[in-house]
Amino acid sequence: MSDSASKPRPQFRNIGITQIPTYRLPPAGISSILHRVSGALLFLSLPLILIPIFAASITSPESYAALSSWVSHPLCKLVLLVLIWGYLHHFCAGIRYLILDLHIGQDKVSAQKTAGVVFGVSLALTVVFGLKLFGAW
Amino acid sequence: MTEQRLGTKRLVVGAHYGTMDFIVQRCTAIIMAVYTLILFFGFIFSSGMDFLTWRHLFTFHLGVLPVGQLLATLAFLSLAWHAWIGVRDIWMDYVRSAGLRLLLQVLTALWLVGSVIYFAKVLWSL
Repeated sequence: MSDSASKPRPQFRNIGITQIPTYRLPPAGISSILHRVSGALLFLSLPLILIPIFAASITSPESYAALSSWVSHPLCKLVLLVLIWGYLHHFCAGIRYLILDLHIGQDKVSAQKTAGVVFGVSLALTVVFGLKLFGAW
Repeated sequence: MTEQRLGTKRLVVGAHYGTMDFIVQRCTAIIMAVYTLILFFGFIFSSGMDFLTWRHLFTFHLGVLPVGQLLATLAFLSLAWHAWIGVRDIWMDYVRSAGLRLLLQVLTALWLVGSVIYFAKVLWSL
């Protein structure tokens, strides 16, 4: 009672942008912020990259061939690989949220575990699609 | 439960559009996930991918119905609505100036409406 008045109580405020690197997020937190980042990335690239690619792929055999030669540039492949990762991460993390909405796996231990599964599946699929993209087979 | 009342009769409650957005975000997600799987299995079960096979995934008909185009349109409209809720949430979380937030929300809406028109034009002129 007596020393609670003399001791300065710790204050917790909102995280400033400069403090972000000092925080260590658990796997579920990393999955969550990457869900947001990948969603924003897909939103921005939608009319700039994704629909133009779709249009070229589907309009005519000539535009399809032009797209094929354009995609053979390594820089384009790198951009596509990032977008493929973004889609796959958003997809897998989103499925996890749908399962959490069914009140499955909400306790601390399994929530961190399923976040690990999200990274495992999305990164493995990114590697598979990446190998296909860079012509491994 | 604490209830906040104005006067003696009126009970202050929300408009419940948060619940609607929550449900829409999940429904559109499920539509897109199912459509992704449809495209994926259509892709791997077609032997050899070339222009015509790829195009067929979006132009196939069942009877007189252009099912390929209808499914793609449904998925894209889901995408636009889903992205609207998601991106608007990002602005609401991080942008504290009401004027700037409104501007960003208007630009987001235009970006998405423009995308829908662009996509519809490409898809339905096939």
